[in-house]
Amino acid sequence: MGSLGLREIWRFAWRGISSNRMRSSLTILGVLIGVSSVIILTAVGNGSAAAVRQQIEKLGTNSITVMGTGGGGGGFSRTRSSTAKGLTIADTTALNNKDNAPHIKQAAPILNATMTCTYGNISATPGSAKGTWPSYFEAANSPVDKGGYWTNDDVAQKRGVAVIGTTLAKNLFDTDSPIDKVIRCAGQSVTVVGVMKSKGTTGFQDSDDVIIMPITFVQRAIAGYGNISQIQVESIDAKSTQLAMDEVTAIMNSQHKIKSTATADYRVLNQSTILQSSTDSSKTLTVLLAAIAAISLLVGGIGITNIMLVSVTERTREIGILKAIGAPKAAILTQFLIEAMMLSLLGGISGVLLGLGISHFSILGVVPVVSLSSVLTAFIVSALVGLVFGGWPANRAASLRPIEALRYE
Amino acid sequence: MTTSVVKVNDLSKTYGAGETAVYALKKINLEIQQGDFVAIMGASGSGKSTLMNILGCLDAPTAGNYWIRNLDVADLDEEQLAVVRSQLIGFVFQSFNLIPRTSALRNVELPMAYQGVSRAERRRRAAEALTAVGLADRMEHQPHELSGGQQQRVAIARALVTEPAMVLADEPTGALDTASTHEILELLHELNRKGTTVVVITHEEEVARAARRVIRLRDGEIIEDRTWAA
Ligand SMILES: Nc1ncnc2c1ncn2[C@@H]1O[C@H](COP(=O)(O)OP(=O)(O)O)[C@@H](O)[C@H]1O
Ligand SMILES: [Mg+2]
Repeated sequence: MGSLGLREIWRFAWRGISSNRMRSSLTILGVLIGVSSVIILTAVGNGSAAAVRQQIEKLGTNSITVMGTGGGGGGFSRTRSSTAKGLTIADTTALNNKDNAPHIKQAAPILNATMTCTYGNISATPGSAKGTWPSYFEAANSPVDKGGYWTNDDVAQKRGVAVIGTTLAKNLFDTDSPIDKVIRCAGQSVTVVGVMKSKGTTGFQDSDDVIIMPITFVQRAIAGYGNISQIQVESIDAKSTQLAMDEVTAIMNSQHKIKSTATADYRVLNQSTILQSSTDSSKTLTVLLAAIAAISLLVGGIGITNIMLVSVTERTREIGILKAIGAPKAAILTQFLIEAMMLSLLGGISGVLLGLGISHFSILGVVPVVSLSSVLTAFIVSALVGLVFGGWPANRAASLRPIEALRYE
Repeated sequence: MTTSVVKVNDLSKTYGAGETAVYALKKINLEIQQGDFVAIMGASGSGKSTLMNILGCLDAPTAGNYWIRNLDVADLDEEQLAVVRSQLIGFVFQSFNLIPRTSALRNVELPMAYQGVSRAERRRRAAEALTAVGLADRMEHQPHELSGGQQQRVAIARALVTEPAMVLADEPTGALDTASTHEILELLHELNRKGTTVVVITHEEEVARAARRVIRLRDGEIIEDRTWAA
């Protein structure tokens, strides 16, 4: 059988494939769809996971948020329950005590307000208006891109100064520079001193549609000197975030005289813990997509089996002739296996090319990230599919007694 | 001096079992010498093809022994049987049985591929065999482009190209017109003159008269076995 040159084997396989071009093309198409969907769908899964990871990195793994849960969240909400203490500036000061909280770099109070800002005859209501301290910008990982920051002195003097996000800047000033422009917010004059670096959209919220002002100014202008909404805390580094969160909990418990977590009137959140769940769900998505793709590859494999069964059955007489003139079983098996492999590899190669091609485009807003392992897996599986699914009918045919094969109608 | 190429002893073949069993061959005893020309005759259904298929190692007997060149066929496994079919036997069918969509030349080359003959040698010998059967100008034709007689000549070229010990032909002229029949029979005689054992199933008395030995079958039994002196 070794004497059957490669050329003869390829010629035989090609004759089998080309004898029914339509059928062979459809089989190849089946494998092609299977292989390319494995590549594309896993790339989409990987891409969305990567997007979530990037978002986490942007938000900062160092930043921790303390939120009131006792109903005292809003600075000017007066309807909170009497037992809940709400968050205060005093809490923030306690968190900034290095002796009790060695892993906390800094903490800044946040007072949320709702306000409309106008510039000339243009008016806009930012999605988020915050009063805080200058340390907020670092704690929340919100650096200024153009202009500068307002200072502790501005806080002390309750000055109307603001750093704004790119969306609000665009809404109010379009393409003009917002720096040093004076706008009116809640009836007060506010000077814009800086524009923050764009953060993009998180879920439904536009992180760039914001205005950040000294907390004292917001208190004076609208909210009054009651409770604050949140405390923005920054840990000393990413790996200390959990320790810092524990310290926050301990300090808050002592500040609010809380004995057990069940009665806590605040919550401690880390951006990455919030987004961890979405990372998990995007992993689930990847697995789900890969499973769908694997099924389509399997269907392609069944297609090959089917075609090989038909092809072998059609050529049973031919197999009888080959056996009658002295072909050993191994030679016949090889010939049919090569034919099946050729079908599946043609599908596999074109599937890889198509998959790689389509993965260049963004799909449903996700930029696909092709993994080499998915390409290799899809390709090897498609070759194996040809071997296994083509091998079975081929072996059946090669095992026939010559006369049985020759008598086959 | 003669050597036997085929020897069968109490050879039987039964198709099916129980009430529907068909006793196609009943305890046949037969010996064929190297270089003989044997015609097997008999009515349709008398067991001629069954005997021929067993002699060609295409089918296995139900009972009895068959030695080919002193090899007991029952002892051979699938792989060894393939070697026997490849080295010792050339088979010519009534329905030609060429590989479709494959040129005459490649059809004739094919059996040598299973013998380990080199490509160039295969090509040379296939061309030689096709020239010997008068198809030098049809080598690149595919079976469907050839007449019945031409196809059968390709089949004979394919059977003789490996220089087998014997050529078995099951009604090789059954599907051919008179002119082609004469050509095919002449080819078989030519082959026999060069020393190849030829066993041919035929209905035609003319073929039988040309044979050196005639075996007549009826209902799976040999009813006549006559040899003429050369
Ligand atoms: N595959 C088979 N299955 C069952 N019966 C068969 C088969 N082949 C042949 N026979 C029967 O065996 C007998 C001999 O057939 P065969 O050898 O083909 O005769 P011949 O070639 O002389 O016409 C016939 O009765 C035929 O019907
Ligand atoms: Mg017959």
